[in-house]
Amino acid sequence: MIVVSALSAGIAAAVLVIVVLYVIGKGAPALSVSFFTQVPRPVGIPGGGVANALLGSLVVIAIASALAIPVGVLAGIYLALFGRGRLAGAVRFLSDVLTGVPSIAIGVFAYALIVLPTRHFSGGSASLALAIIMLPIVVRTTEEAVRLVPHVIREGALALGMPVWRAVLAVTVPVARPGIITGALLAIARVAGESAPLLFTAFGSQLFSNPVTSPTAALPLLIFQYAISPYKDWQQAAWGSALVLIVVVFALNVAARVAFRSRFASR
Amino acid sequence: MQHGGVEAVNVSYPGSARALQRGQAPPGDRIFRIVLLGAAWLVLLVVVALFAELVFASWPAISSIGFHALASATWDPNSGKFGVLAFVYGTLLTSAIALLIAGPVGVAVALFLSDLAPRWMTNPVGMLVELLAAVPSVVYGLWGLFVLAPIMRTVVEPTLSKSLGFLPLFQGYFYGVGYLTAGVLLAVMVVPTVAAISRDVFNAVPIEQREAMLALGATKWEMLVKAVLPYARSGVIGALVLALGRALGEAMAVVMVIGNKPAISASLFAPGYTMASVLANEFTEATGQQYLSILIEIGALLFVVSFIVNVGARLLVGRVGSERRLGA
Repeated sequence: MIVVSALSAGIAAAVLVIVVLYVIGKGAPALSVSFFTQVPRPVGIPGGGVANALLGSLVVIAIASALAIPVGVLAGIYLALFGRGRLAGAVRFLSDVLTGVPSIAIGVFAYALIVLPTRHFSGGSASLALAIIMLPIVVRTTEEAVRLVPHVIREGALALGMPVWRAVLAVTVPVARPGIITGALLAIARVAGESAPLLFTAFGSQLFSNPVTSPTAALPLLIFQYAISPYKDWQQAAWGSALVLIVVVFALNVAARVAFRSRFASR
Repeated sequence: MQHGGVEAVNVSYPGSARALQRGQAPPGDRIFRIVLLGAAWLVLLVVVALFAELVFASWPAISSIGFHALASATWDPNSGKFGVLAFVYGTLLTSAIALLIAGPVGVAVALFLSDLAPRWMTNPVGMLVELLAAVPSVVYGLWGLFVLAPIMRTVVEPTLSKSLGFLPLFQGYFYGVGYLTAGVLLAVMVVPTVAAISRDVFNAVPIEQREAMLALGATKWEMLVKAVLPYARSGVIGALVLALGRALGEAMAVVMVIGNKPAISASLFAPGYTMASVLANEFTEATGQQYLSILIEIGALLFVVSFIVNVGARLLVGRVGSERRLGA
């Protein structure tokens, strides 16, 4: 019976290895300098790339992070330090609910909120959708990180006459900073691979475009669009993009968990 | 173990809540408090706005078609027929297949990680399982479409058809894409969720339970089955429910391997459709307000279902031990 259990763990690990190996195997041939620097060319003409998707993804995620991380960190600090009443309970509950909402439903929300009134697909609406997905992750991990900071440190600062805001910002937050950064990195890793909310917010594009106000390409979106296309070189580009994507996502995850694990002993 | 950083309010530091109410706090503290409160309210408002906007935008569909949509399986938007039963069926079926596979596997992995693995193995293997959860769903979809579907079509489904073909579940042509492939792919995606939460739950079972069982002469396996699993039962069910929630809403991986046929079929090999995948496919092609608004209604339905499932899961998992980490 221990064999069954070990076998299951082995199968789970093996599946991951198989998926990664396939992505590397099929994706590596697609990578080249032009892959990273050129926009897609018409089918059949060699030399195209996914540069517009790389830029689009970068900008959309950057704006989403700029929206979600400050709000999330502040809300997390609030929950950890002042969070005893009904508001705090409601915020915790709803942010837990938000982690479970399907990302495509959040994309629908961003569509209804921004795309419909402006009659325009845009990277900005995609950023909003991604920010909503990131928010609960940042809130929860920041709350845990700040909670782990012993409050005697802050009380020492307060005893020296610091105002509360200064004690929190200058003493508690720096101690919690590795945990907060972990949360931010995990949130970024999560949305870097999200494709569903981008389907009808960013919509995709074959050219470089303004990533905030106009439809923009993004890496996960491109993977989907190219994968279901009937063209071999587009499918090849999809594999290459998938390789880039999992390298980025794994790097972020490993950085978040390993680099900061020593300060974050909650297991 | 220190209990968090909750301040004691009954000591009036300058800046404690009472001082703030009395207006005696320094201005910096007031601003700080307002900013923090604003952020917390913003989080609250986001979720409320999410629900409200979804309902609002789907109102045209709700008022014109109402719940007739749920009763019909005919999805023909060009003729104005919007029956969503096929999508609900597909969603439930693929999620059920996913749970049937991922449930036992995930629990076995969790048992392995919590009790059976040698010390040096728990961290690397645990990390591998977590990385499985980190793979983006499009990449799973890509792999499913080009690797899993051919395997299903050439190896798995013919075998099932030959051996179990007397069941209506395994009859019919196999295309490689369909409910079964989608279910298997979902299972792969959902195993880490089950494993991670179940592992936390098993680790929370007090060691005294295990020791008592072993002291009574049980084997390791008996100890796990009779002491650990029953104690952790509600937590494991919670993990399964959370995994169900994840499977119900998964769009990208499923849309690539489900076959996209809006009809109900008895066979597992048949192509089908799920709620999330119809959104992925048809949202940008929707013509007319009614079509769009019923798609938004499907989105709202997904939100409501995931809400209910999540709440149920957290109630179940919250019962085992104290601090449970249920992040993404």
